[in-house]
Amino acid sequence: MLDAAIIGAVLASVVAAATTLLLASLGELVAERAGTLNLGVEGMMIVGAAVGYATAYGSGSLLLGTVAAVLAGMALSLVFAGLAIWLATNQVASGLATTILGLGLAGLIGAGFVGTQLDGAPQLHIAGLTELPVVGKALFGQDAFVYVSFLLLAAVAYTLARTRIGLVLRAVGENHAAAHALGHPVRGIRTLAVMFGGACAGLAGAHLSLAYTPFWASDMTAGRGWIALALVVFSAWRPLWLLAGAYLFGAVSILQLHVQGFGLGIPSQFLSALPYLATIIALVVISALKHGRGAPASLGVPFVPDR
Amino acid sequence: MPLRLERQENISPLRHAMAPVVAALVTLVVGAVMFVVLGHDPLRAFTIYFIEPLGDAYMLQELVVKASPLLLIGIGLAFCYRANRWNIGAEGQYVAGAVLGSWLALATQGTEAGPWVLPAMLVLGAIGGALWGLIPAFLRVRFGASEILTSLMLVYVAQLGLDYLVRGPWRDPQGFNFPQSVTFDDVALMPLLMGEGRLHGGIIIALLAVVAATFVLGRTLIGFSIELAGSAPRAAAFAGFDEKRVTYGVFAVSGALAGVAGIIEVAGPIGQLQPTISPGYGFTAIIAAMLGRLHPVGILVASLVLALTYIGGEAAQITMRLPFDVTRVFQGTLLIAILAADILVRYRIRRVEGTTHA
Repeated sequence: MLDAAIIGAVLASVVAAATTLLLASLGELVAERAGTLNLGVEGMMIVGAAVGYATAYGSGSLLLGTVAAVLAGMALSLVFAGLAIWLATNQVASGLATTILGLGLAGLIGAGFVGTQLDGAPQLHIAGLTELPVVGKALFGQDAFVYVSFLLLAAVAYTLARTRIGLVLRAVGENHAAAHALGHPVRGIRTLAVMFGGACAGLAGAHLSLAYTPFWASDMTAGRGWIALALVVFSAWRPLWLLAGAYLFGAVSILQLHVQGFGLGIPSQFLSALPYLATIIALVVISALKHGRGAPASLGVPFVPDR
Repeated sequence: MPLRLERQENISPLRHAMAPVVAALVTLVVGAVMFVVLGHDPLRAFTIYFIEPLGDAYMLQELVVKASPLLLIGIGLAFCYRANRWNIGAEGQYVAGAVLGSWLALATQGTEAGPWVLPAMLVLGAIGGALWGLIPAFLRVRFGASEILTSLMLVYVAQLGLDYLVRGPWRDPQGFNFPQSVTFDDVALMPLLMGEGRLHGGIIIALLAVVAATFVLGRTLIGFSIELAGSAPRAAAFAGFDEKRVTYGVFAVSGALAGVAGIIEVAGPIGQLQPTISPGYGFTAIIAAMLGRLHPVGILVASLVLALTYIGGEAAQITMRLPFDVTRVFQGTLLIAILAADILVRYRIRRVEGTTHA
C-alpha cells in the first residue's frame, strides 16, 4: 500500500502545507525581531486569500491576484501599525482587532465567489528530475510559491544576520530606547517590518486560495495564522528553525488527513485537533527549555519617544 | 514626520467617557462607507441594522438574550485583562462549560430527576469552563508558554470535541441523523422570565455577575491585587501578592463565567447541543470588555451595543441579503476605534519642531 508513488505524493503535499505556514511566519518573525507582536496574522492572511482570489478570478491572472493579495495584507498591516506603533495602543488588543476586521472584510469580499473554482498555480516540471521516485514531485514539481518561500527565507536569514539593515532592525527590537538615542527612526523601522509581515501574510493567503486549494471558502485559513505566530516562538526567532517548524507542522497537518483517509476508526475530530494540540505542546516544550530567552527584549513594548 | 504623543494631565471624566461615544460614531461613518461600497443606501441599511430592532418588542428581548452571554464572558475577561493576562480563548471555555453542563442534562434525560438538575448544570458549566481556562494558566505559570496562543488553540480543540460528541456518542438516535443531541427535559431548561417570550433566567445570572464583579473589582483586596498585578507587577510582588495565584485566579474566574454563559445558552435559547452553539460570543466579548473599559457596568452597556450588531446583522441578512460578515467588520472597526479613541483622549498629538527623530 505504501509504495513510492504514495510517499512521493504525501511528501509533495507536506511541502505545500508547510509553505503557507513558512511564508506567514517569516513575515511575523521580521515584525517581532523589530519589537512588534502582531496578532493580526490570521486576518491579514485571509484578506490576502480573498483579495487574491477575487482579483485572479476577475482578471484571469494568478500573478495579478498574488500581487493584489500582497498589497491587501500590507494595507491591513498598516491599520495595525497605525494603532500599535504610532498611537502606542496595546499590541495584543490591536492585533486581535486586525484579525477580527480582516475576517469580516474577507468574508465580504469573498461572498460573491463561494462555489467558484480556479485553475491552481502551475507546477514546475523538469524532465527527468520531477519524475524522480519519492522526492521528485516534492522537490521539483511545486508551484512558484514554494520556491519563493525558500528565496524569502534565505533573504530574511541573510538580511537579519549579515546586513546593516538587519542590525538596525534587531537593535530596534532589542532596545528601542538605545536605538532611538543612536538616531534610528524606531517607529518607522517597526512600521516597515510590520508591513513586510503583512505582505508575507498576504502572500501566504494567496498561496492558500490560488495554489493549495484554488477556491474560496470563508474562514479557509482555519487558524493557520495563529499557528504561524506560534511557530515564531517555536523557532526562538531564528529563520532556519522556522523552516524546521513549518515543515514539522505541515507534516502533522497532512499526516492527520491521510490517517483520516485510511479510516483507522479514530474519530476524525481527534485527528483534526492534532495540529492545534501539537502547537500547544511545541509552545510548552520550547518555553520550558528556553524560558523566554531568544525573544527580542522590546517585543510587545510600545515605543513612545520623549524629548 | 515629527509628531509626538503628549500626555494630557487632568482629563475631565466627561472627556474620558466620550471615547466610546466617539468610537461608535467613527464606526458608523466607516459603516456608511462600507454600505455605499456594497451598493446599498446607507440610511436604509442603518435603519434596518440599528433602528428597527429597537422598535420591536420581540427584537428587544432578543437583544437582551444576545447581550447576556457577551456580558458574562466580558466580565470574566475584564478580570484577566486588568491583570494583564491575555485570555483570548473564552470561546473554547464557553464550549467546555456547555459540554460539561450538558452531560448532566443528557445523563438525567427521561429520569425522574428533580429541579436540582438545572442548578447542577450551571455549576458543572462553571467548572468545565474554569478547568478549560486553567490549562493556559497552568502552561504559563509552570512552563512560561504564552497564554495568548495556548488559549486560542484550545478554542479549536473544544469546538472539535463538541463536534465529535454531537455527531457521535451524544447524537439523538431519533434525530434523523442530524448532528444534534436530544432536546433537554424541562428540568434541564432555563425557565422563561415571563412564562413566554425570549427572556430567560440566564439574564438574571448575568446581572448578578455585574453586581458581584463591580464589588470584587472595586472594593476588595482581590480586585486590588488583580489591578496591581496588571499595572505594576513589581510593586505587586513587593506587596506580597502571589503572581501565580493571580494568574490562576483570573483564568478560573473568566473560564467559569464563559462556561456558565455556554451552558445558559445551550439550556436556554438553544435547548440542545449542536455542532455550533455560538456566533463567536467568546471573541465578541473581548470587544465588549474593551469597549466597556474593563468595568462591569461599562461592559453591560457595551454588550447591548454589540448585541445590536448581531441582531441588525441577522435582519440585514434577511431583508438586504447582506452577508453576516458585515457584523464582523462593524465589530472589528469598533474595537479599532475604541483603542485609538482611548489614546487620543489621554494624549494629544503635537507637531514637534526641529529635526528630532520621531
